Amino acid sequence: MHSFHLTIVLAPLAAAIIAGLFGRQIGRAGAHWITILGVGLSFVLSVLVLKNLYWDGGAAENYNLYTWAVSDGLRMEVGFLIDRLSALMMVVVTFVSLMVHIYTVGYMKDDAGYQRFFSYISLFTFSMLMLVMSNNFLQLFFGWEAVGLVSYLLIGFWYTKESAIFANLKAFLVNRVGDFGFILGIAGVVTFTNSLDYATVFANADSIAAQNIEIFAGTPWNAISVICILLFIGAMGKSAQAPLHVWLPDSMEGPTPISALIHAATMVTAGIFMVARMSPLFELSETALAVVIVIGAFTAFFMGLLGIVQNDIKRVIAYSTLSQLGYMTVALGASAYGAAIFHLMTHAFFKALLFLAAGSVIIALHHEQDIRKMGGLKKYLPITYWTALIGSLALIGFPGSAGFFSKDALIEAVRDSHWLGQGPIYWIAYLSVLLGVFVTALYSFRLFFLVFHGKERMDDEVKSHVHETPWVITAPLILLAIPSAIIGWFTIEPVLFGGFFGDAIVVTSAHDVLGRMGEEFHGSWNFLKHSFVAGPVFYLAAAGVFTAWFLYLKRPELPAKIATRFSAIYRLLEQKYYFDDLWIKGFAGGGRRIGQFLWTRGDEQLIDGVLVNGTANSVARLATTLRHLQTGYLYHYAFAMVIALTLFLGWLLWMH
Amino acid sequence: MIGLNHYLTLSAILFSLSVAGIFINRRNLILLLMCIELMLLAVNFNFVAFSRALGDETGQVFVFFILTVAAAEAAIGLAILVVLFRNRGSINVQELDSMKG
Repeated sequence: MHSFHLTIVLAPLAAAIIAGLFGRQIGRAGAHWITILGVGLSFVLSVLVLKNLYWDGGAAENYNLYTWAVSDGLRMEVGFLIDRLSALMMVVVTFVSLMVHIYTVGYMKDDAGYQRFFSYISLFTFSMLMLVMSNNFLQLFFGWEAVGLVSYLLIGFWYTKESAIFANLKAFLVNRVGDFGFILGIAGVVTFTNSLDYATVFANADSIAAQNIEIFAGTPWNAISVICILLFIGAMGKSAQAPLHVWLPDSMEGPTPISALIHAATMVTAGIFMVARMSPLFELSETALAVVIVIGAFTAFFMGLLGIVQNDIKRVIAYSTLSQLGYMTVALGASAYGAAIFHLMTHAFFKALLFLAAGSVIIALHHEQDIRKMGGLKKYLPITYWTALIGSLALIGFPGSAGFFSKDALIEAVRDSHWLGQGPIYWIAYLSVLLGVFVTALYSFRLFFLVFHGKERMDDEVKSHVHETPWVITAPLILLAIPSAIIGWFTIEPVLFGGFFGDAIVVTSAHDVLGRMGEEFHGSWNFLKHSFVAGPVFYLAAAGVFTAWFLYLKRPELPAKIATRFSAIYRLLEQKYYFDDLWIKGFAGGGRRIGQFLWTRGDEQLIDGVLVNGTANSVARLATTLRHLQTGYLYHYAFAMVIALTLFLGWLLWMH
Repeated sequence: MIGLNHYLTLSAILFSLSVAGIFINRRNLILLLMCIELMLLAVNFNFVAFSRALGDETGQVFVFFILTVAAAEAAIGLAILVVLFRNRGSINVQELDSMKG
């Protein structure tokens, strides 16, 4: 199996290098063939690895390949930890990546940077695989930064576009804020265990939990809470949790395939994966879990609301991604790590599908992204229509779809988490995920109705050209629609309740909400029936769809009226709760002002003006005064000599 | 009776005169040289007076040496003066002010 693991990682890397460095020699077709083959190989091998671990009962493997450096007993190694958690992630990453590779052939057909694009997305696949397969914190951090780098490169792929450059810089800088916390967390781990290896660190988790750390003198904090919160700050950056979410909507400046691959299906879930991987640490700190759940709940509900007022097709889906990531975070906070990873998996399929469908619409309309200029596309784009419908239904949790199983299980897990008690945190989390269902249904179907139904609002010239996109675009849509529709049926039982993750995820028995749910779980079919009577989730979703239908198809003049009626709320939503202003004007602007101050006052005036030039100037001024003493007349000098001699002699006599 | 004090007083007066000459004279460089010579003579006077008063001959021997050196020095000084005059056409002290900042 070891050679499999290495091939899985290196095939995309090799393809990326060849397509990137020798793109001109191998041509456009060569570039997409080699990268598709590389990722395809990774996908097939990943499936084999998962099969070996799950169906054939193979044991999880944890081994080091190469020791990069040893410093004071701290071993920095490259190694793989292949258990069911990482195997599942590998399959999801390589599958979505493969679909996106194929899709890109059609989407980027006329782009000048064709080879470069394929090189980047293959490099991304490599980085993401390094991240999920890692068996130590250093390699995790390497993958973490590498996906961030590729994300930066791809958001700014059209580097002549001003807004793209702004967006990629923003993404990079906001991620730096998160990474700062992340690396401090890793430093905390090293401080307490002197090891970067997962297994060693997890084995020592209890001893970390027993210690305190004093960041400010006199306020001892529990070490594991501090470490977990710092690690989670990293996850907040990468997985775009409020208030570090601001980069994700802007990242839609990049080409659509990478919105699907990186900013919806895989990279942004790295934070979720990381927290699940660190479950042995997080389980020991209820403080950290409470922070996780509150941040997640806030993101899940309030970012969903923003999706309702956006008019850019990709931005609506981007806010939906934020909200769904919030759901996963809530599940992490409720100790239902399995539910979070399960939702991560189903979300990867249907969100990639939705983005690729949006890309298909954009291509068909010649790069039009404004949903106010769409409408009635159902008859022009039948395949896109049906696949987008499946994706939207999965997103809102329509009974039977993949999203239904994961989201319902997730919400139930939050409802049943006893460790939260019945205090404010419980209600914040539970109400957010519940109301979020309504909001999700509303914005999803607002988008769906505005794009595919209703009046055709395109220009006549565009309308005459609209036709279904080529097969390289529709094939991935169909291939992604299949798991979006059905994968929940037969994966919910093993993944959530069947002890699928084994030792990969550790949950203390007091927190084990999924275990308790598992006792009442009697097959997917019963779960489905149960959802109609058990809770308001299904009805909330239905109400959301109905509201969307009523507002945007039945009475399309109403939304504008509502917007003027509640203009304060509308403006708040349109300004995205002023988070952008907080960061750009508050932090970035404040930083620039401090820099300006230090530059003009500190550097120019104090250091240059007073210290450097000031010294020289005062010496010069003193010298201009003193040079008048030197007259050049002999008798003045002689006079000075005699006077001085007299004084010194006088002094000598005086002393004796 | 003329004692040591009288000699020393005379020598002090001579010395003061020469110093005053250096300060007050702003015209002639030759006068300046003469004042310096006078200063040396005042010092020599002291040597001789002390030598006599203390009964030690060394002071008088010193005076001979100093007189010799003073003669040489006067020669050099006058030579410089001649060169200076040749170069600048003047020995006016007030015009010799190039040694300033």
